[in-house]
Amino acid sequence: MEKALAIDTTKLTKSYGGSRGIVDLDLTVEAGDFFGFIGPNGAGKSTTIRTLLGLIHLTSGSARVLGHDIVEEKEKILSKVGYLPSEIFFYPKMRVKEAIRYSADLRGASCSKRAEELCERLDLDPMKRVEDLSLGNRKKVGIICAVQHHPDLLILDEPTSGLDPLMQKEFFSILMEENKEGSTIFFSSHILSEVQAYCRSAAFIKDGKILLSDKVGNLEQTGTRKVTVYGSLTKEKLNGLSGITFTNDARDEGLKFLYNGDIQKLLTLLAEEKIRDITITEPTLEEIFMHYYES
Amino acid sequence: MTILKQEINSQKKMLLIWSLVIGVLIASCVLMFPEMKSQMGNVNEMFSSMGNFTQAFGMDRLDFGTLTGFYMIEGGNILGIGGAFFAAIVGVSALMKEERDHTAEFLFSHPVSRVKVITQKLLSVLSIIVIMNAVVIVLSILSIAIIGEEFFWKEMFLFHLAHFLMQLEIAGICFGISAFLTRGGLGIGIGVAAMMYFLNLIANISKSARALKYISSFSYTEAADIVESGGLEMKYLLPGMAFMIIGIIAAYVKYTKKDLR
Repeated sequence: MEKALAIDTTKLTKSYGGSRGIVDLDLTVEAGDFFGFIGPNGAGKSTTIRTLLGLIHLTSGSARVLGHDIVEEKEKILSKVGYLPSEIFFYPKMRVKEAIRYSADLRGASCSKRAEELCERLDLDPMKRVEDLSLGNRKKVGIICAVQHHPDLLILDEPTSGLDPLMQKEFFSILMEENKEGSTIFFSSHILSEVQAYCRSAAFIKDGKILLSDKVGNLEQTGTRKVTVYGSLTKEKLNGLSGITFTNDARDEGLKFLYNGDIQKLLTLLAEEKIRDITITEPTLEEIFMHYYES
Repeated sequence: MTILKQEINSQKKMLLIWSLVIGVLIASCVLMFPEMKSQMGNVNEMFSSMGNFTQAFGMDRLDFGTLTGFYMIEGGNILGIGGAFFAAIVGVSALMKEERDHTAEFLFSHPVSRVKVITQKLLSVLSIIVIMNAVVIVLSILSIAIIGEEFFWKEMFLFHLAHFLMQLEIAGICFGISAFLTRGGLGIGIGVAAMMYFLNLIANISKSARALKYISSFSYTEAADIVESGGLEMKYLLPGMAFMIIGIIAAYVKYTKKDLR
């Protein structure tokens, strides 16, 4: 039986006047998934999210969130979704607990106990004024507003920016708990390590288009190998091979590259060189990401 | 009503300050009236012989020596300018501030439709203007009671009703403008209020500019007309209310289609 979809877009397009936002975006996220939405700045991650939530209007195409049409049934969607924007702002004179309660009131929900518990877990003083909070602490308030009502779908736009590593860990453990209880988690990020560590599925977006969308396990097993060679090998000698992306930076001593061509051809070429050391490993998601964006 | 409550709550300090400033200024004028009354013979003569200036403020048709005339000219200037600026600020910031303060993303990611948000914000503008006027009226009545002068209920009711409607008109127009803005609307709002005020002054001074009275929201607050006719000038009030309704409709049309920043 096919799994229900939390997000399902068909040729979703959003353009701002003449400039590109997202183009013919086809994206599916299964209900209950922990999904990473990866892309560099300006790729269209926030535009996708803001279009799905109805903050901006689509130009063409269609999308359904939790089975509801994003144009016709916006309120139904928003009642089942929790959202954390990349930069969150609250009404300046409010105290933390007032902002959290206001969010619950807007949903017609009563979740003060849950909010209290989350404040404690995230080490947040509910009596502080939101205007006095740092970016990280504002984000914590946003996290509580997004999860306190146990949404069916949590959409988070670059959620960990501004959070210290301890808080990031606590934040992800809250997300894991929500996910275990049935919430679908959809978060955008350019921190690949966190996507690799927590997500079951991921999609790469570039220039407003989805490059690739799959299970993280499949994305990691692309057949691409990360090769590091110390010795006489130079870039020029590898020119004859296809499927090479050099990943050296200025500090690197050896020659580093991603290779997804015929491994036998590479080994034949290497056999003719004087090699001090060599490693051939699976690339990290970050290296795969760089490979896609640079090629 | 969650948004309505929040709107009023977040503006209570500004509301209190504006209400007290306008109310106390009018009350102070009233409290000074007994002292001024004795010297009013000369003042009246002086005010009625200042040509265009006299005409501009309607002082050629009102008796400065009576509390009715004094209250409606002095109070009219204070409540006219103060009330119009206050209404303009409240109206123009109502929708715009969500984007200016970057809170739109927070508010509109909750299950509230844009129509509901606009309606509750509109109700908050109305409530805030009602409260401001109520404070001003209470302080005015108290000050009249203190000096022991006779009340002029009918004129007072019409005078405050006219100013209330004028504030609603300016707030409605500015509310419409607010939907198109993402920041910096205060200057535009105050500009609209000031323009309305000066259009009326020009129309009072120059006969050839009389048509401006149909545009200015101050034309139906003219104290001399209210006292003379015992009512509000419908020919000026109706276009004003039409401008207000157009402003409100524009807000609904624009804001429901707007891409929020």
